[in-house]
Amino acid sequence: MTVKIGTVKEPGSSKMNKTGSWRTFRPVLDEEKCIDCENCFLFCPEGCINKENEIDYDYCKGCGICAEECPVKAIKMERD
Amino acid sequence: MEIPEQEFLAPGHRGCAGCGATVAVRLALKMLGPNTVAVSSTGCLEVITSQYPETAWEIPWIHVAFENAAAVASGVERALKSQGKDDVNVVAFAGDGGTADIGFQALSGAMERGHNIIYICYDNEAYMNTGVQRSGATPYGASTTTSPAGKKSFGEDKPKKNLPMIMAAHGVPYVATASISYPEDFMKKVKKAGETEGPAYIHVHQPCTTGWGYDPSKTIELGRLAVDTGAWILYEIVDGEFKVTYRPLQRKPVNEYLNAQKRFKHLADEEKEKIQNYVNQVCAELKI
Amino acid sequence: MLKVISANRAIAESVRLSKPKVVPVYPITPQTSISEYLAQFVADGDLSAEYIKVESEHSAMSAAIGASATGIRVFTATASQGLALMHEMLFSAAGLRNPIVMGNANRALSAPLSIWNDQQDSISERDTGWLQFYAENAQEALDFVLQAYKISENEKVLLPSMVCVDGFILTHTVEPVDVPSQEEVDEFLPEYKPKHSYLDPEDPMSLGTFTDPNYYMEARYAMEVAMQASKDVIRSVNKDFAEKFGREYGFIENYMCDDAEIILVAMGSICGTVKDAIDTLREQGQKIGLLKIIAFRPFPKDEIYETVKNAHRIAVLDKNISFGIGGVLFNEIKAKMDVDIRGFILGLGGRDVSPEDIKKIVDITKTSTESDKINWIGLKEEEI
Ligand SMILES: Cc1ncc(C[n+]2csc(CCOP(=O)(O)OP(=O)(O)O)c2C)c(N)n1
Ligand code: SF4
Ligand code: SF4
Ligand SMILES: [Mg+2]
Repeated sequence: MTVKIGTVKEPGSSKMNKTGSWRTFRPVLDEEKCIDCENCFLFCPEGCINKENEIDYDYCKGCGICAEECPVKAIKMERD
Repeated sequence: MEIPEQEFLAPGHRGCAGCGATVAVRLALKMLGPNTVAVSSTGCLEVITSQYPETAWEIPWIHVAFENAAAVASGVERALKSQGKDDVNVVAFAGDGGTADIGFQALSGAMERGHNIIYICYDNEAYMNTGVQRSGATPYGASTTTSPAGKKSFGEDKPKKNLPMIMAAHGVPYVATASISYPEDFMKKVKKAGETEGPAYIHVHQPCTTGWGYDPSKTIELGRLAVDTGAWILYEIVDGEFKVTYRPLQRKPVNEYLNAQKRFKHLADEEKEKIQNYVNQVCAELKI
Repeated sequence: MLKVISANRAIAESVRLSKPKVVPVYPITPQTSISEYLAQFVADGDLSAEYIKVESEHSAMSAAIGASATGIRVFTATASQGLALMHEMLFSAAGLRNPIVMGNANRALSAPLSIWNDQQDSISERDTGWLQFYAENAQEALDFVLQAYKISENEKVLLPSMVCVDGFILTHTVEPVDVPSQEEVDEFLPEYKPKHSYLDPEDPMSLGTFTDPNYYMEARYAMEVAMQASKDVIRSVNKDFAEKFGREYGFIENYMCDDAEIILVAMGSICGTVKDAIDTLREQGQKIGLLKIIAFRPFPKDEIYETVKNAHRIAVLDKNISFGIGGVLFNEIKAKMDVDIRGFILGLGGRDVSPEDIKKIVDITKTSTESDKINWIGLKEEEI
């Protein structure tokens, strides 16, 4: 019998758990307004915004931090 | 500062929306990179990132128990050394409970022995995983489930244990405080900690939406308020040399920080004043 | 090479020959000299290992787990209060499937405080998932450490092992011990290279994850399967060991049991005293035998039954007590087989056990009509 349970050999496999379903409000970015400050990328607890400011809605929980921390109000929270 | 895009903590973890703990880990790991082994103590971070058969960790990671992250890290570090893998970073992420209380002895031992480890205490100021009980790092006046406010209680009646200074008293080469709301300051410190020969201790303040009682979107704002009011101070101690790394241009009244959280809602003006006086005193000493 | 040494020294020599890479250890009487010998070996360059001067036994086992998890061989040792302090970590080591080997110098548990021998400490850890081997003498202590690594590190097992030696009786008395050469040990004990889990940035894994009710039971089941599988592994390691070093061991030792009417069952150093007593009793024509338990976990029920099944009665000698039910070894044997059995509690906290006590046990066993009675041997009536 192989030793299996307790050890996970697929790093980052939590990606199978699409936490986007938790969301009630969705952040929407207005690219026109965005000044590329990287605040949203830095502060997202899910790490689901990349440096191109693309939001991965598969995982975004809709916490609203990115909208709150955007210095030019380029991200708006909209009902999902 | 160029901040790497690569993430070493994957999404899909079970942290509350707006969790500050995962922000701390994400930012720290960006500085340490893939050649790192992480150790976690039992607590929110461990539970939300490692639900079998999945893991959020992209780097090797181990959890053993609540009170022994520092001891486990000691063993990992020496074992890697024994195999000539001295270049691997060994980082421990432990909660304030796992650091200030139950893990204190193991931490003291590890610091004293001089292991080449980076110990990061992610401080949300209570035992969050088990439902917001007080820890030694819970601040004066905070209502938690074991230091509740009531007719005869204003909440926690003791000030926060000063862990970074206790670590400094161990004579370790690098000690720093940080906040997730000041990411560059935090990441620079992690980088320095990684480059330090010997033990490095970073105490990172991390607001918790669930335990502190505020809207999840305000996590970073709350962390910033803690620093801008002087309730949390950012400094580092390099080889015994103390330096404040961030001074708010003008300190805000501590009430702005307290009033934004449910855990302080019950406080009478008199108690809030005591807190303000305490903060004033500490800041005066440090010229903040 | 024959050396006149204590069991603690024998264990230290065995550890040196096994070449663990990390040794986190904390001193406690009567284990202390193991931690000192190992420190000296490292200081002199006779053992190339990282010796971690941990601040407690809890951290000793925690560091051992962290080190073992990187995929290397680890050793630690403790006793009594130290073992009890490790309790939580013993479950972790076994559950994480870390094949750590630990020496335990058996000592009574406080309160009242006692530094002297009984086996309450290790017996109380029987459910943690560790294999347990009990040595009768210093030679066995040395041999069991070498074998324990080979057994624990076997892929079918991957559970930690405890080698138990009676405090002071073995740890602080010297006897001739054959210490094998490094070449012989290297041939017997290959390097440990785990496949099941390890911490390595080249191949990132998460160890010690949080497991919900969908999986936990299977993890525990796998440990039971491994514990059962360890029986075959022990047999084959015993065989290899005998071929290499000329000393034969099994789960049990049968001392004059074949024609015995009464068989005493015991573990550890007391077996020496029992054998002497049996020699005398045999001279007087009494058919008495001794079944010595070497492996307490996995529990060798078949080997025990095969050995005792033809005896009229068996008497189990326990240096431990589970309050309210009696000696643990007695109760386990009683639960596992249909035999006429009597239980004796003796030697707690270093109380001397003499050949006369053994004769007394034989007499009580012959005449006693109550199998459930907990018989205390060597109690001082005037102190009760
Ligand atoms: C020995 C032991 N005692 C108690 C617990 C229960 N427990 C698990 S996590 C925890 C609190 C963790 O608090 P902290 O270290 O601050 O981490 P957080 O959950 O706040 O991130 C407690 C009390 C335990 N797992 N082990
Ligand atoms: S709403 Fe929260 S989870 Fe979603 S992208 Fe913004 S910061 Fe990330
Ligand atoms: S309780 Fe707090 S620390 Fe724990 S996951 Fe939620 S937000 Fe994060
Ligand atoms: Mg906490």
